[in-house]
Amino acid sequence: MKRKGILFWIGAAVFLAATFLMTQVVGNQYPFFAGYVILQFIVLAVAWSILGGYAGYVNFGTSAFFGVGVYTAVFLAKAFGAPLLVQIATAAAIGALMGFALGLLTLRMQGIFFSIATIALTIIIETVITNWRFVGGAAGIQIERPPTTPPFDNYVQMLFFVQALLVVLAVAISRYIQNSWIGRGLQALRDDELAAECTGVPTLRLKLMACVISGALMCAAGAPAAMYLQFANPASAFDLNYSVSALAMSLIGGTAHWSGPIIGAILLSATQQLLTVTISSEVNVLLLGVMLVLFVVGAPEGIIGLVRKIFHSRNEGKE
Amino acid sequence: MTNAEARVPLLRIVSLTKRFGGFTALDNVSVDIPPGERFGLIGPNGSGKTTLINCISGAFRTEPGTVLFRDEDITPLQPHVRTRRGIARSFQIPRPFRSMTVAENLMVALDFAAHEHVSVAQRRDTMMSILTQMGLASKANASATKLSQVELRKMELARAMATHPKLLISDEAMAGLSSSEVDEVLDLLMSLASQDITIIMIEHIMQAVMRFSDRVMCLDAGKIIAIGTPSEVMANQRVQEAYLGT
Amino acid sequence: MDLLLDAVVIGVLLGCFYAAVSIGLSVSFGLLDVPHVAHPAFLVLAAYLVFFINEHYGIDPLVAGLIITPLFFVFGLAAYRLYYETFERRGSDAGVRGIAFFFGVAFIIEVLIILQFGVDQRSVTAAYIGKSWRIGDMRIPYRMLVAFGVAMALTLLLTLYLSKTYMGRAIRAVAQDQEALRLMGANPIRVKQWAFGIATAVLGLAGALLIIVAPIDPTLDRAYIGRTFCVVVMAGLGSMSGTLVAAVILGVAESIVLTMFGASWAPAIAFAMLLGVLAVRPQGLFGRRS
Repeated sequence: MKRKGILFWIGAAVFLAATFLMTQVVGNQYPFFAGYVILQFIVLAVAWSILGGYAGYVNFGTSAFFGVGVYTAVFLAKAFGAPLLVQIATAAAIGALMGFALGLLTLRMQGIFFSIATIALTIIIETVITNWRFVGGAAGIQIERPPTTPPFDNYVQMLFFVQALLVVLAVAISRYIQNSWIGRGLQALRDDELAAECTGVPTLRLKLMACVISGALMCAAGAPAAMYLQFANPASAFDLNYSVSALAMSLIGGTAHWSGPIIGAILLSATQQLLTVTISSEVNVLLLGVMLVLFVVGAPEGIIGLVRKIFHSRNEGKE
Repeated sequence: MTNAEARVPLLRIVSLTKRFGGFTALDNVSVDIPPGERFGLIGPNGSGKTTLINCISGAFRTEPGTVLFRDEDITPLQPHVRTRRGIARSFQIPRPFRSMTVAENLMVALDFAAHEHVSVAQRRDTMMSILTQMGLASKANASATKLSQVELRKMELARAMATHPKLLISDEAMAGLSSSEVDEVLDLLMSLASQDITIIMIEHIMQAVMRFSDRVMCLDAGKIIAIGTPSEVMANQRVQEAYLGT
Repeated sequence: MDLLLDAVVIGVLLGCFYAAVSIGLSVSFGLLDVPHVAHPAFLVLAAYLVFFINEHYGIDPLVAGLIITPLFFVFGLAAYRLYYETFERRGSDAGVRGIAFFFGVAFIIEVLIILQFGVDQRSVTAAYIGKSWRIGDMRIPYRMLVAFGVAMALTLLLTLYLSKTYMGRAIRAVAQDQEALRLMGANPIRVKQWAFGIATAVLGLAGALLIIVAPIDPTLDRAYIGRTFCVVVMAGLGSMSGTLVAAVILGVAESIVLTMFGASWAPAIAFAMLLGVLAVRPQGLFGRRS
């Protein structure tokens, strides 16, 4: 157990060192543009799986949290010229509040009712932002990047590294949850909410916790997107594609282990980056949808499940 | 009986009523259960037995009526709080945590309902000793979905036991079992009762109820129609009518 | 005052149209408990097929809707079979994956429509589109009246089917008590599959109405997730008469908000009502469940 923990943190440190080194060495901008998107989806997928995977509550509202993150950054940048880290921290706080509100509102909704409620939340918030002139309304808003801070000599490189930090944070939290009593409680309530409650699991409180953590991470992941794109409009900030992506990546990777969503996110968003460049963004979404359906039908435990099955049968073969 | 009456009841139900829309599932039910009693609950299908259990364990809210446990009003408490206070239950249709092993099923109870802080190693010991007592030790690492019917029933009781209950409610733990399996589960419940655990047993298998219970209560259409020793209740005219369906 | 009256009249007509597009979901989700998030995507797909037939063969959209009805019936049978085999029968954890499945299917349909028809708005031509009926100061577009008439007929027919025919009663029974149905000698899976077929077949005409009422685009299904689920949940799952009443409430509410606050707030109305109903009264206004 302990050794695994040390290995994990060594891995995280190596990952961060590598991304940092990359920003100092690589001159070409494209890897950072593409890499940023991949990292962003890792955070979203990992955050999604905390509620959707561990607790079994299918959240269609990733785009709501992401969009609120974007617009928190937009508002802070426009109103106060706040620096990036303040934008992200505030977005995380607002995301946590939003998650709390969502949790309270949907506490007793289960299954599809919860999912539909999260879509509703997305559209309602999008509509409010669309009608909010200060942040540009439906037409959107241009955002100017502040000057780059050393040691980075390029803003996108900095965003890339910041998003890498968020990845480590999200994964560490998700891993902690899975290995702790919180994870066991969430798993129990996912299997059977009444039985969990009657076994002493405070289901409502755990669900609220999952909503808050998941929401905070999603909003935080959205905040740097404003500076990344230098533009924000409601239609793209609240695009349901974020919802379907986060969900698909988690389920395709597999939610039985914290590494599943990471695998799913890397695999799918890397493929998407390739497809967007080579074919079109529509084919991209099509691929996502088809993969999602194929996996939920054919490999319900995702890639993690497939790998485990292979190892399992190999072990049985040995015996 | 007189000895039991002298003590403060462990569970005290006072004028409990539960309605679903226009349907009255429980109608002004009051009963006291003293500590250490083996209490049998019988009644035809739909008479309100499971509803009563749900009201005691907190799955249902009750508007008129009070549930007192160890002299404390637990009516407003959520189910998991009641579990921590010492009320555990099994379900009529077993509800295991399907994605977990048998051991993990019990660990949920030990993680969340344990009364004092104990180390992981100690919790594992507790878990194994409960599994051993239940005759499930060999199945500790089996998936809950791979269990036979009688094993599932035992696991539900084991999981309930892992919460350190003072009151254990067994909801038809013997339904669908063979007669030798029924005896097995009955012996288990008897041995639990001898460990100072008060047990409410809902059962359709009359012989089991008669053998097990100190006292039996019969519900019909949400009302108590008889309460007393097993032989008294069986001799009761209304109980016989309710079961024969006049 | 006149404006308000206008809004209410249009709202009632609009509401009946919403009933027609929701009634299939009222069966599939309300009665069968299938988490059919792809219902609105099926609806938009039907509308595009109607558009295709209308544009290529000049056939009236309503007739086109009837033409694709058997097609959608078979499509529904197949879709339920797949859903049943992969999720319901396996049992455990069907919830998460079933929902994700339909969500994925909805996205696939959306993208396929974009790839085939592009992202531009599409509309149909028919004699009753573009003209209005004047009563006093009020102008009621004929297309709304056509939608109203067809919607009423459709809702009435389905209600009669469910209450008067043997199969219809079996469908209602399947929602209540599968065991009883099995004892009667009917196969619950067959009944559910048939019901899902009917629920999908109804989308043929509903899709025609969708494109008659207003031009369509590929992502229109997203707005209709809110509208259809709002109607079905508000109605109380599976209540046919409730569906009509709930749809009219939604139609009038949308129409009034549109008149008073402008179009930019309209998308949120259905979702806000849906959220409100879910939070306060999840069993709906005419709920079948206690």
